[in-house]
Amino acid sequence: MDGMSDHEHKIDQDNHPPNAEERELREYPLDLAAADTKAKSGTGKQYWRSIEELAGDPHFEDMLHREFPRAASEWDESVDRRDFLKLMGASMALAGMAGCGRTPEQHIVPYVKQPDGLILGKPQQYATAMPFGADAIGILVESHEGRPTKIEGNPDHPSSLGASDSFAQASILDLYDPDRAKTPTYAGDIRTWANFQEVAQGLATSQKAVSGAGLRILTGTITSPVLAAQIQYVLKLFPQAKWHQWEPAVSDGSREGAKLAFGRYLNTVYRIEKANVILSLDGDFLSSGPGHIRYQKEFYRRRHLSGPGDEMNRLYAVEPTPSVTGSAADHRLPLKASEIEAFALAIAEKFEDYATKLHPKLSLLFSPNAVKFIEAVATDLQKNRGTSLVVAGEQQSAEVHALAHAMNAALGNVGSTVYYTEPVEANPVNHAESLHDLATDIHNGKVDLLLILGGNPVYDAPRDWAFSDFEQKLKKVHTVVHLSSHYNETSEFSRWHIPETHFLESWGDARAFDGTYSVIQPLIAPLYQAHSAFEVLAAFTDKPGVGSYDAVREQVKAILGGGDVEKNWRKTLNDGLIAGTAFAPVEAAAKFSPANLPAPKTAAKEELEFIFRPDPTIYDGRFANNGWLQELAKPTTKTAWDNAALVSPATAKRLGIGRTIASRGGEHGQVRSSVVNIELAGGKVTAAAWIVPGQADDVIVLPLGYGRMKAGETGSNKGFNAYSVRASEALWTATGGKLTVTDDEYPIACTQYHHNVEGRKIVSSASLEEYKKNPNFAHEKDETPPDGLTLYQDFQQLGYYKHYKWAMAIDLTKCNGCSACVVACQSENNIPVVGKDQVMRGREMHWIRIDRYYETGLPTQTDDAKNEAVEIPALYNPPAYFQPVPCQQCENAPCEQVCPVGATVHSAEGLNDMVYNRCIGTRYCSNNCPYKVRRFNFLRFQDWETPSLKLMRNPEVTVRSRGVMEKCTYCVQRINNVRIESEKDNGGVGREIRDGEIVTACEQACPSEAIVFGDANDPNSRVSKLRAQQRNYNMLGELNARPRTTYLGAVRNLNPDLEKA
Amino acid sequence: MVESPGCRPSKWRHPPQRIANMAQIFHRSTNFIARFSLFSAIFLAGLALTGILALARSPYFTRQNIFREQPVQFSHKHHVGDDGLDCRYCHTSVENSATAGLPPTKTCMNCHSVLFNNVGYLEPVRESFRTGESIQWVKVHRLGDFAYFNHSIHVSKGVGCSTCHGAVNQMPLMFQANTLLMQWCLDCHRNPEMALRPLDQVYNMDWKVPENQAEVGAKFAQERKIRTTVELTSCSTCHR
Repeated sequence: MDGMSDHEHKIDQDNHPPNAEERELREYPLDLAAADTKAKSGTGKQYWRSIEELAGDPHFEDMLHREFPRAASEWDESVDRRDFLKLMGASMALAGMAGCGRTPEQHIVPYVKQPDGLILGKPQQYATAMPFGADAIGILVESHEGRPTKIEGNPDHPSSLGASDSFAQASILDLYDPDRAKTPTYAGDIRTWANFQEVAQGLATSQKAVSGAGLRILTGTITSPVLAAQIQYVLKLFPQAKWHQWEPAVSDGSREGAKLAFGRYLNTVYRIEKANVILSLDGDFLSSGPGHIRYQKEFYRRRHLSGPGDEMNRLYAVEPTPSVTGSAADHRLPLKASEIEAFALAIAEKFEDYATKLHPKLSLLFSPNAVKFIEAVATDLQKNRGTSLVVAGEQQSAEVHALAHAMNAALGNVGSTVYYTEPVEANPVNHAESLHDLATDIHNGKVDLLLILGGNPVYDAPRDWAFSDFEQKLKKVHTVVHLSSHYNETSEFSRWHIPETHFLESWGDARAFDGTYSVIQPLIAPLYQAHSAFEVLAAFTDKPGVGSYDAVREQVKAILGGGDVEKNWRKTLNDGLIAGTAFAPVEAAAKFSPANLPAPKTAAKEELEFIFRPDPTIYDGRFANNGWLQELAKPTTKTAWDNAALVSPATAKRLGIGRTIASRGGEHGQVRSSVVNIELAGGKVTAAAWIVPGQADDVIVLPLGYGRMKAGETGSNKGFNAYSVRASEALWTATGGKLTVTDDEYPIACTQYHHNVEGRKIVSSASLEEYKKNPNFAHEKDETPPDGLTLYQDFQQLGYYKHYKWAMAIDLTKCNGCSACVVACQSENNIPVVGKDQVMRGREMHWIRIDRYYETGLPTQTDDAKNEAVEIPALYNPPAYFQPVPCQQCENAPCEQVCPVGATVHSAEGLNDMVYNRCIGTRYCSNNCPYKVRRFNFLRFQDWETPSLKLMRNPEVTVRSRGVMEKCTYCVQRINNVRIESEKDNGGVGREIRDGEIVTACEQACPSEAIVFGDANDPNSRVSKLRAQQRNYNMLGELNARPRTTYLGAVRNLNPDLEKA
Repeated sequence: MVESPGCRPSKWRHPPQRIANMAQIFHRSTNFIARFSLFSAIFLAGLALTGILALARSPYFTRQNIFREQPVQFSHKHHVGDDGLDCRYCHTSVENSATAGLPPTKTCMNCHSVLFNNVGYLEPVRESFRTGESIQWVKVHRLGDFAYFNHSIHVSKGVGCSTCHGAVNQMPLMFQANTLLMQWCLDCHRNPEMALRPLDQVYNMDWKVPENQAEVGAKFAQERKIRTTVELTSCSTCHR
């Protein structure tokens, strides 16, 4: 690369000894003003990945050019060169000896009685469901001789339609988490389950005497009919007992919104596929909340472009902080969370139905830009009556939800793009009130026996009321029984702790977002002495020791009625659900009019608004100990292993929040960001700040789920605990807090400073109109060198690519950065977790990364520039693009040419094979890779000792060791398995592999169908058709590497009214 | 070098000034010793390398032709050679899966609950069936963990069991008949026609390679659409 060589010369000419220069810590502070100036001076569209890149700091660029450290930074503190050589000398001598032995004997341990239907060496798939909030995600789990190894979506299940999300993909790691609680404990001492059952019976007897007056049950959201029936049974035995619910990241807004709008709790189900125009009021329906996988699938099916003649749906998003949905939106407007209600009212005001009744002059609250936005959205929604949709966000208030319901009714969308059903939850309640009641009872000494079934209230309860000392309160309760997968913060204060079974270990059921009855079947017996909530409850009844299997069977029988019970049961298990059990739409009479809402108040200028959001990767904290999710860069901020208080660039500038890129040697990815103290709701927390382009000004986002003290080895003491400043009356949006910027800095691992591809135009985008005018937009500046213009071997002539020619096409229109593919790849290909320290050195191992680009130089931004309220137009609201980058499997592969030991070679089907047992770790290949997709095992990242993690690995893929290069293989194990099956067909004669028969892990997981894999030799394959589109382009095509992975330019369906400057 | 003017011309082979200036430290023969030891060092190094490589390929390391002690003295000679059991009676997954599969204890007990049901040497089998604890067989054919071999594709295309496993019907105790080195795999992957037989002869342990194998094999290869050498020798065919 030319840029790189320039830089190399410069370093070589330096007079400093290279070591001193390499060891020195270099720091580059962020200059927001420079970024803005640079953006203004640029002409035409510009794409950039980080503000520093936009600012164009030459020192920063300098740092990015070094892919690898030149001075080994592993030993920088502890071991000097002399010791290192001594150690190495000794270990080399011994290593030579170690290689001399014969490999030890291995044993084969066959079954005693082999299960029916099992073919040794062939994985099986079982249908089950992952309960998650008020939803059940239908999944298929791959099992190798009884070990579940990989989770995929169940194509027959309405909530997943075959896709999945990062949580579902990563939940397999939770099963094998070595930090799981392993045995029941009493006051920290090991007990048996039988001990517990005995004690439980005794406690039950004493509660019986007072008809359960001292018994309380606390659960999360429950959609399981069987578990709900069990709780009801317990409540029947103990009539005065009470059932409370608390789930910190599920909002009461949607529940209470329905109550406000219709007078009772109702479940809202969207039919995204039918909507032409969608307005999201701070809603992240594409990546969180019930049904989000299905919604994403449906949303992007309406954005499939087979040519410039096709039409797309249109999404408007207003939100305080960039979410996956907001980033995917065609038009996005940053607004404070508290302004969303006024915004919604202002739109409703434009509807004919309300025009005269609402609050006039509402528009005056907003900037001219926002007013224009409001008018355009209102017009567009009304133009699409019956085919539009308004979605309110989970974290929004009941009023906003009620407004969304009213607007949908006014637009005639009810019954077409949205419908209502009876609640999916077994017992919908206001969680905040429910927990408050419990806390009050505990405070008043009314509770003797508290069963906490799942959840972690000591950590995540609001800090005010009685909760500020929830732990103290728990001490007042005679016996607390806590059921949870880990011995966590709440377990500490509970007398009994019972390890909870993973959903892959126990029988159960759950209802999906639309009510579909899904069966949860175990794939493996509990790894430890774990028990389910059902069993814990049973211990207190007259039927202790009864598991949930019979109850689930009975439930299935009850739903299906008569017929062959056994056959029905088998079919249900096979399918994972009972088809046709989705709840029927109900008529919901509106009991709410927007006109009844009081006129919204404006937020005082420059008053900080603190908003809480579930973390995009570790959610409410339940996934804190999941290394895959910790290391997964958060979709919009691209930071890993930490949460941070997110601020907008303008607010950062006003408050004096900054950040400094820090690097030593060739490291990238360490950013030292300002530390701020936040005082809110009587609590105080110290947090790292993080500047996010596109965030609304004067909004501070506090992501939940971090700051765990007892999460396990992976999750403890990471980030800050936002729950400690969260009050019950302002669960999602709070004001009146104080933020002080300190002089401290905190290192944050941000992957968007890694794998820089030299600032060339890598992403291509256009509006739908531009695309229609110029279908070739993606190629404008591309040079595509003609065939044959290469010094490399012509593989075609050598007989390669004869049968199959694997290729992948990734449609950038459809990628919203949700990152399900990244975790799916990690699970499929045994990819290790490296930890924050290594991520800060730029060494994360993900085979597929998702690059986030922002765009500047748009006419709308000129508009923003004119707006006085917008301080830094380039960073105010830049559209975001996401580009998944796996190995490009080049035909003229630069990596293959430089490997001195032939460890990366061309396969007959065009893959750049990586042969681990040949690799000696020179890293030349990675250095020569223009796409930066190769990953090197700098250390032995893989855990080879922990027994439970060995069970998790995919036996079809080699587990790599230290010193070996690795990269995406297009899931060659899947290719080989399908190829072998196809060749065995027809009595050994074989047949061609059908299109879609091989599905790579990333393609399988992708809920938006953005990734398509197939045979480029077959002109009718899906991938060939995509490659034939004019939007299809090669990344860095001018290098003539001829990548097999190609991209289709991103198209946004812009509203012409808003597009014009 | 400076000529000393007082010296007479010499018939000595060595320049005279040497004698004048210093005595010879080493005898002339040391030149030979030096040369000899230099060359022999190179030779010895080469020999050692050859030795190591030969050792690595020797039966000591590959365990070719070495009988293995098993918890039960199971004889393929008796079961296959004398009784005529088909390979697939026990190795059930050989046609469907990567692994041929080792039979569960249940398969042994199908017969041995009736036959030889009280002999001492079958006690481990009965014990396994009684207790539910698996028999721990010693693995005989062991490929490197980085090689992914698939039985089913080989037998489906007409590579017979005995091609790799040897005459199992004559082995009282199981041993590895071939080296299982990559070189040995590649021999076939480069010339697959030499290993193909009629599909109904795959499980025949007594099948003999016909004289016109090259010819017949080429026909089989064509009929069964055996992939080209380029494809069969791509790294990812076996390594992933």
